[in-house]
This record gives sequence, structure tokens and C-alpha cells, in this order.
Amino acid sequence: MSNHSAIETISTAEISPIKRASTLSANPELIYAAGAWAVSGVITLLWPNTQEFERTTDLAVLQWIFAALLLVVHVFRGQLAGLFRKLHYNAWRLVALAVLLSIWQVASAKLGLWPQPYFPPPQGVLDAYIKDYVRLADSIRASLILLFFGVGLGALAGFLTGLSTGWSPRVGYWTIPFLRLFGPVPATALIPIVLFVFPTSFSGGAFLVALATWFPVAVLTWSGVSSVDSSYYDVARTLGAKERFLLLKVAIPATLPHLFVGLFMALGGAISVLVVAEMLGVKAGLGFYLDWAQGWAAYGHLYGALIVMAVLFSGVTTLLFFVRDRVLVGQSGGVQW
Amino acid sequence: MVASALAQTSPETLARPSAGASLDIDNVSHAFNLDGSTLHVLDHVSFDVKPGEFVALLGPSGCGKSTLLRLIAGLEPPNAGALKVNGQTITGPDPSRVVVFQDPTLYPWRTVWRNVALGPEAQGKLKESRGRVDEAIDLVGLGQFSKAYPHQLSGGMAQRVALARALVNDPSILILDEPLGKLDSLTRLTMQSELVSLWQEKGFTAILVTHDVEEALFLSTRVIIFSNRPARIKADFEVDLPYPRHRGDPRLAELRHRSLAELGLDSTW
Repeated sequence: MSNHSAIETISTAEISPIKRASTLSANPELIYAAGAWAVSGVITLLWPNTQEFERTTDLAVLQWIFAALLLVVHVFRGQLAGLFRKLHYNAWRLVALAVLLSIWQVASAKLGLWPQPYFPPPQGVLDAYIKDYVRLADSIRASLILLFFGVGLGALAGFLTGLSTGWSPRVGYWTIPFLRLFGPVPATALIPIVLFVFPTSFSGGAFLVALATWFPVAVLTWSGVSSVDSSYYDVARTLGAKERFLLLKVAIPATLPHLFVGLFMALGGAISVLVVAEMLGVKAGLGFYLDWAQGWAAYGHLYGALIVMAVLFSGVTTLLFFVRDRVLVGQSGGVQW
Repeated sequence: MVASALAQTSPETLARPSAGASLDIDNVSHAFNLDGSTLHVLDHVSFDVKPGEFVALLGPSGCGKSTLLRLIAGLEPPNAGALKVNGQTITGPDPSRVVVFQDPTLYPWRTVWRNVALGPEAQGKLKESRGRVDEAIDLVGLGQFSKAYPHQLSGGMAQRVALARALVNDPSILILDEPLGKLDSLTRLTMQSELVSLWQEKGFTAILVTHDVEEALFLSTRVIIFSNRPARIKADFEVDLPYPRHRGDPRLAELRHRSLAELGLDSTW
């Protein structure tokens, strides 16, 4: 009897996760991914380059290290279950990444299909990271500070504009024509004016980023406030709520999903304005770095900065959605990320 | 001015062990402006409700019953006539007259507990009312769900939360605007009995709008039947049956026949 119940406990508590892991081990996808990365390293090292490229060996070694890490995770999947599941799910994407990297490698360095120095091989980007990481890190920091400062100010201004526009017809009487007329003007169009009107290029850049954030946030907040179900107000009023409560505890929380859609839309525009502003006047940040790299024909640095941008701005957007999911408990968010 | 006077009286109505208030509806007419034309919804409606009565308002769809409830709740002033609670004219909403709507209209960003706490919080007395919030949630049988969010609840549970949110204010008049209209029929039957026992326990005056003749007769002490828009009172009779009532009671069937006849549905009997 006791034996029987012991088996039952084990089967629910312990056997099932092991079982899942062992069924996963029957799928060797992670081995394929490791193999793909190993082969891509072989292509990098053993296929001769058409011309001298620095860091070719380093890149091959890095590719092999990555392949080895994938193998390690596959072998120790029992201990690294969380990491294994993530990598296993992405195994075919990792294979595709290795293939793309090799196509880039072969087309630029091995066959010379892509003209040099405009399209350096992956090791050219690696070389840029190793030689120039200090300047790159400075640029990332400058861009992030400008972005957060500008988006923060713009989001606050946009939220207040939208809230007052949607809440009070008297405010809306003045803000709606203003929003309609100036909202659609691209912030980039104001760069020439802003750069000599503002005392510092940083304040000018922050203003432009804030402006690009302000419009979508204001419009979405405004429409959010106007579309709050009127029965929400009825309920609160019959329960004794006054105007202040209706605004702070009903209108604002009911509007938050719209605010986050506005922030998401604003972020894309803000990043684009940020980069243009950095290229044209701010003289710091990733946009400036791109411009500088192009000026010195440092194409490895150029692509390196583009990859950094992709990762960085994707991360910023993910952060926004992370915050949204924490804030909007029980409410649908609208946008998929 | 008048609103603040009401706000001062409300703590007293809340503090006393809830007894129903009387409601006098005196010659009330109401109309809406619809694209320039006037839509008359209530036409010289008059009736008195005694403290603790359970009155069901029956009538064809769109006849203006729900408008009358909005007037009783104080969400709108009437165009003509007066509504009085315990002799005092209604000038605005007050937590002593709470509405339970057809949709539970819970706030999706609040937990069950915080939804029920809405009234005390809006009146600025959440601190001393915490225990009452717990009690109200227990009263509707959702004690284990106080931390749940509305999207995790079934329709019946959500409507129970709405009921608790109303009851926590110890209303002297509970206004029920088709509160069970969107529930499945089994949940509806269960909640009808629950409503009766809550009403018996608390002693509030209940005004119920429903389309369901059986529901009106099963719950109420008195049924008022309205005509088509603009609503006029067509019939007003007592349901002279003790509680708990039984759905198969021949007297209920008799009253049901009468009500359907008043609603112009005699041929369906």
C-alpha cells in the first residue's frame, strides 16, 4: 500500500519533469545548432580570404566557443533546464543565424562578391568593437541619456495634454486645434531652428525627442480619456465619488492601456528623431557615431554601431512592454511585442 | 450646497443598522433630445414605495424604466416632478442609493477587494471600513476570490462582486437595473434566491427593473407594470405570497397570467 502511494507521489512530483527533459533529448536540434556554428567557424578560418582581414582567427574561435557552449548546454540540460529550454526553442533560429553569418563571410571575405571596403566581413565588425569599444560605449550612454530625458519629458507633457484635452472641454477647445495643426509636423523639420534657438545641442536634441514623443502620447491619451465607458463614472458617482476621484481613480487607470499604445508609437518616432538629431547637430551618441564612421570610411564601425542600435532599441522597447505588463494587470494592452 | 448637505446626512444613513427608506415619485416626466426631436420617456409617473418594500418594475423594452432608475439614483435630474427619499428631494447621487447595473461594470484594473472597497474609498473612509469590505465579499460567497481580477471571474461571480460593492455602503435603497439579465438561467435562479435572502437580512428598500415576469413575481412584494414609451403606470399590484416562494405555486402562475395580459401577451398563455 505504502509502496503504491510512494510511486504515485513520485510520478506527479518528480518523474514528469525528468520525462519531459528526456523526450527533449530525443530531439537533437541544439546539436544541429552547435554543428552549424562549428561549420561556420571552419568556413571563417580555413577558406582563404581574398585580402588581408584582421581578427579572422579570433572570429573563428568565437564561433567555435559558441558552438561548444551550445553543446555543453545540450549535455548538461538536466542542470541547465531553464537555459536549455530557451536555447532549444530557438535552435533553428541559431542555425539560421550561423548560415546568414557564413553567407556574409563568404560573400565579403572569401569570394569578394561584395565590394570592399564598403561591406567588410563579420571580423571587420569584431575588429571595430575591440578597437573602439570605449567610444562606442560613450555613444550608447549619450544616446540613452538623451532618449530617456526626451521621451520622459515628452511623455509627461503628452499625457498631461491628452488628459486635460479629453477631460475638460474648455481645455480641449484650445489644445485640439494646436494638436491638429502642429502634431503632424515631423520633429526633424524643426532641427534647423532648434539647433540655434536652444542654448546647448543637448537641450535642443532633448526638445526634439520630446516633441516627437509628445504628439502620439497626447493623441492616444486624449482618445483614451474620451472613450472611457460612461458607466464607470456612473458607478463611482452613485458610490459617492467626487470629480477628483473620477479623474484620478477612474479616468486615468482606464486610460493607461491607450497611454502605452501611444508610448509604443512615440518610441519609434523618438528614436528616429534622436538619431537624425545626433547626426546633424548634437555631436554625440550613436547617430553621431554613424556619421563619424562614415566620414572616416570605417565601415566595420558603421555596421557595428547599427547592430548595437538594433539590440539597444529593441531592448528599450522590450523594457516598455515589461513595464506595461507590470502596470496593466487585468487590462488588455492592445499592441503585441 | 444641497449636495454637501446630502453628503453630511449620508454618514448617518450609513451608520444606522440599515433600514429601508421610503421613496415618493411624484408626477415625474422626463424626455431626451434626440437630434432635435424630443423623445418622451416618462409621462407623469407617480407612485410611493414604503420602507423595506421590494418593488419590481415591469414593462416593454425601451419604455423608460431604466431612465426612472437613473433619476432615483440621482444621476440625472427629472424634467418635471420630484423624487423624494424619506421626504427629502433627490438632488444628486448618494451612496445610500446604490445601483447594480445589468453589466457588473467592475474596474478591470482593481482586484475584487478593491472593487468592493470603491464606495468607502470614494467617500474617504476606507480605513475604518476594511472589515465591512471583507464582510460584504463573504456575504456574496467570494471570500476566496478577494485577490482575483475581474477577468478571472465568471459572469455570475462578477455580478456578485457588483452586489457586494453596493451592499458595503449599507444602502437604504438598492436599485437593481436588470442585474441578472445577462446571466445563464441556472445562475439566475440561484442568484434570485440570494437576492431575496440579502433583502430579508438587510431590510433595504429594493427597486428592481426586469424583463422577466417570473423573476419579478418570485422576488418582489409588489409589481408595477409600465406601458410603452412614454412610460405610464398600467398596473400596480401586491404579490401576496410569503417567502421562500416556490416557482410552481399556482398563485404565481395566476399572477404571471395577469402580468402577461397587462403586457399585451395574453395570447401566449
